[in-house]
Amino acid sequence: MSTTTKAAPIVHTPDFMNGDEFRIPVFKLLKQDGSPYKNAKLPDLDKDKALRIYRAMLFTRVLDERMLAAQRQGRLSFYMQCIGEEASVIGSTAALDDEDMIMAQYREQGALAYRGFDVDEFMNQLFGNEHDYGKGRQMPVHYGSSKLHYMTISSPLATQIPQATGYAYGQKMAGQGHCTITIFGEGAASEGDFHAALNMASVHRVPVIFLCRNNGYAISTPAHEQFSADGIAPRAFGYRMKVIRVDGNDILAVYQATVEARKLAVEHNQPVLIEAMTYRLAAHSSSDDPSGYRSKKEEEAWRDKDPVLRMKLWLQEKGWWSDDDEKREQESLRRDVLEAMKRAEKREPPELDTLVSDVFDEVTPILAGQLDDLKAHIRKYPEAYPKGAKSLNGKDAGGAKHA
Amino acid sequence: MPKMNMLQAINDALDIAMAANDKVICFGEDVGIFGGVFRATSHLQEKYGRDRCFNTPLVEQGIVGFANGLAAQGSTPVAEIQFADYIFPAFDQIVNETAKFRYRSGDLFNVGGLTIRAPYGGGISGGLYHSQSPEAYFAHTPGLKVVVPRNPHQAKGLLLGAIRDANPVLFFEPKRLYRASTGEVPEEDYELPLGQAEVTKEGDDITLLAWGAQMEIVEKASELAEKEGISCEIIDLRTIVPWDVETVVESVLKTGRLVVTHEAPLTGGFAGEIAATIQQRCFLYLESPIARVTGLDTPFPLTLEKEYMPDHLKVFEAIKYSINY
Ligand SMILES: Cc1ncc(C[n+]2csc(CCOP(=O)(O)OP(=O)(O)O)c2C)c(N)n1
Ligand SMILES: [Mg+2]
Repeated sequence: MSTTTKAAPIVHTPDFMNGDEFRIPVFKLLKQDGSPYKNAKLPDLDKDKALRIYRAMLFTRVLDERMLAAQRQGRLSFYMQCIGEEASVIGSTAALDDEDMIMAQYREQGALAYRGFDVDEFMNQLFGNEHDYGKGRQMPVHYGSSKLHYMTISSPLATQIPQATGYAYGQKMAGQGHCTITIFGEGAASEGDFHAALNMASVHRVPVIFLCRNNGYAISTPAHEQFSADGIAPRAFGYRMKVIRVDGNDILAVYQATVEARKLAVEHNQPVLIEAMTYRLAAHSSSDDPSGYRSKKEEEAWRDKDPVLRMKLWLQEKGWWSDDDEKREQESLRRDVLEAMKRAEKREPPELDTLVSDVFDEVTPILAGQLDDLKAHIRKYPEAYPKGAKSLNGKDAGGAKHA
Repeated sequence: MPKMNMLQAINDALDIAMAANDKVICFGEDVGIFGGVFRATSHLQEKYGRDRCFNTPLVEQGIVGFANGLAAQGSTPVAEIQFADYIFPAFDQIVNETAKFRYRSGDLFNVGGLTIRAPYGGGISGGLYHSQSPEAYFAHTPGLKVVVPRNPHQAKGLLLGAIRDANPVLFFEPKRLYRASTGEVPEEDYELPLGQAEVTKEGDDITLLAWGAQMEIVEKASELAEKEGISCEIIDLRTIVPWDVETVVESVLKTGRLVVTHEAPLTGGFAGEIAATIQQRCFLYLESPIARVTGLDTPFPLTLEKEYMPDHLKVFEAIKYSINY
């Protein structure tokens, strides 16, 4: 019995194929000046939704600018910017139902901003204070929100991709018409987890959307040293999965591709791979300096394809946005971000007890003992552990810790 | 003697190993032109070409699987895992393959040429996934040597020893110390022996045992103890597997007291193994229970990292407890 799905044609010469037989097109709708391509049929996007998207893009830019500066001033230990990839991340999120699951990598703060994560929620995580949902355990930018259906970020790359397949399988079983999108870099797609995820999704007919941000680099490693194929998209063929490649700096193309992908996923249980062609305009992170591995010229060429500017020009052409609106929005966002940062910095660190909670559902006797020993030690040397001592003192004083 | 920080010493060791033996090949994520995210492989690609120093795709199981095959063929691969926290996708290749290659083939094949380098440890605001000390997982797998250097001089000599050892070696580098300080490092090619601990300071009242970045902590604690008139003997274990039982036994027979410290969690940590062996070998000579000063039995935190760390004050308290027992 054949294990392939179609009866194969038979040939009598040893011809090899390498995939170059398939040329994968790039789906684009908007030119950089914000006008549509001649034959492009733009998606139905009403003014409210378009502005919700654009405001999330502006917010993400302002947040990134301000927090990188804060890192440079030593107020924050670490930061990662989304700049250049806002359309890929926000355009795809906007095409989903707000209750669909998002399982992202770390550079997708725009998706959360679109869903309505507020500026204080961002700041509390960045500063790891007592209000951080993750209780100050993870590095900055490892956000999570159960109410916004955004899985907490995990640093080990690609681990969320097969998890997304499993999560979406559960959604299919639950039968409420939801799907999962998982977002990851072209570098992470080299991990075994990526391949396992696509194969299982295809075999088990899972409503999951795999969105690869092909931004050209994995830290210093350029995409052409990451794979020798034509990007990530052709891998879908190996799993007989639907695939589309989009201009990741074209908000409308990303949006529409994801709308269609969602239909395939939710209505037909067909997983989809989307490869968004984009560029990481910033350094990998605040710890990185790209001048050692790529040219300013290359960066400039991509700066000219700015996805936020492209959307702004389209909005202006529609008469939905003006330079005045832009100025007002920018100013108010900058003020919001700055004030929220000051608030977050002043908040207390997480309680000492959070060191041992959530390891299991309940604190085990061994952990309780370790915490007691630690408390006794901190009482002996309070000046050596200012955060722990503060937490203990707050308790001793009988609450009323936060002004 | 030139002064180097630990990264420069590691870079120097790799340079010497590659110059001396053209079978030595260095690879991993970002190790090529960029020289690795910590720059341990700086200039190696320029010097030895892209065939001998290169970026790999981002896939740790691939890196170690490839390294296993390359070592089996007779080359001397030095694979970098960007952070020890990211060694786990390669766990199967290391535990089931690297460690068992020689044994399962009856020594028809081996991967003895393989060295895996990985930065480990906390104290850099790295949170859960840029702070772990995974040595105990690998110590539990027979067939792997595990080495951890404490300073630049040790790093160069031990890394050269590891690369030239006839067994696969996991070489964990204390990244908190990478640029923390410099020390004198001989210019020439030298190897330090694997499997040998080093007594770095002699003393009479208590033995303090550590490795890697914890050595600095132990030294600070011993200074506090000395002020109280407690004489500490300090041992750097240097090699976790195979560990130098005799040097530790000899010291504990003299002092009658032992404190072992590591950053990794208590339960299942390598200090437990040491404590069990030493109590068996030195039972009648022990004046107090062997103490372990370690990380908590939790994942690594971020905001409360200072509280989590087994620092010099915690070691000092353990010393006093042991002395006053
Ligand atoms: C399993 C694992 N290996 C290595 C790393 C270190 N690391 C963090 S980000 C990164 C590059 C990721 O590149 P890509 O997936 O393209 O995403 P981008 O940063 O471009 O958004 C690497 C190697 C990691 N976090 N996890
Ligand atoms: Mg990338």
